[in-house]
Amino acid sequence: MAQIIVVTSGKGGVGKTTSSAAIGTGLALKGFKTVIIDFDIGLRNLDLIMGVERRVVYDFVNLINGDSNITQTLIKDKRVEGLYILPASQTRDKDALTREGVEKVLNDLSEKFDYIICDSPAGIEQGALMALYFADEAIVVTNPEVSSVRDSDRILGILASKSRRSEQGLEPVKEHLLLTRYNPSRVEKGEMLSVEDVSEILAVKLIGVIPESQAVLKASNIGEPVILDEQSDAGQAYLDTIERLLGNKVDYRFLSEEKKGIFKRLFGG
Amino acid sequence: MSLLNYFRPKKTTVANQAKERLQIIVAQRRRADDQGNMLSAMEKDILEVIRKYYLNIDPDAISVQLEQNEDDLSVLELNVTLPDDVK
Repeated sequence: MAQIIVVTSGKGGVGKTTSSAAIGTGLALKGFKTVIIDFDIGLRNLDLIMGVERRVVYDFVNLINGDSNITQTLIKDKRVEGLYILPASQTRDKDALTREGVEKVLNDLSEKFDYIICDSPAGIEQGALMALYFADEAIVVTNPEVSSVRDSDRILGILASKSRRSEQGLEPVKEHLLLTRYNPSRVEKGEMLSVEDVSEILAVKLIGVIPESQAVLKASNIGEPVILDEQSDAGQAYLDTIERLLGNKVDYRFLSEEKKGIFKRLFGG
Repeated sequence: MSLLNYFRPKKTTVANQAKERLQIIVAQRRRADDQGNMLSAMEKDILEVIRKYYLNIDPDAISVQLEQNEDDLSVLELNVTLPDDVK
């Protein structure tokens, strides 16, 4: 049985796909057989972030409709062993994801994989609801910014009432907060919500803080998940996040500005 | 924090303002959700009671709504459509 993890946020552009790619890749690096599914029907992008856009033949909707089988549809990553991508289709039919269809695919994948990462689309429409419905765990990606925090709160409400676990009265979906595009120097100046602020407002346990980083744009430009850029701050922050996801205790890095000299510290800069 | 900051009066930062605004929104959302959950639980209980006396009642034949009309007036509206073939 695979563990199903949804990467969700409500708001768009906060880093769901970047995080899905990084987390899926990170779990595979740890030796877990992992598949990342793009639930953004009509606006597929995971393939691009993973650098496999030219290898897409069949997609998620083909698989649901029985036009293709799992072996034909999954794209095997060439960099990391045990990592697979299931691309979204480019159809305009938003209702192509039926609950029964998604359930069947997840059940089939569940027999072959350790982790299934569901990359949710933005919003709270069908695609987003399907991405979170079957989840065991949820990673709520949030930027330290008011509209993102509010949308994350909406998503937390939906996880608590519209997921399979809530409907069937099972143990609730395990929620994690992943703060992305964090800028410690703006936080220190009082211009940006801090980690403590956001986790206090949402009352969800923190799993990682990814600093605003040049490395993220570079990674998506070349189609390589940022976690593979081990020299970068964002890459290291995602590696730490994986450790915490696996239950290991890791100290937080990149939460404060780079160290200043004693003079600057005393008199401000 | 620089040393000079200790002597300046504490200003409310924009981050603090954001936090306060968000805390209000989040509290409202959670309260509304809790109320929704309470109403659906109440609906379920009422349905069970009615089933004791009238068999075969359709779950959709019951609706429970809570309306906030004025600040100090809430109306709980309960609507039950009984089937035609009631004994």
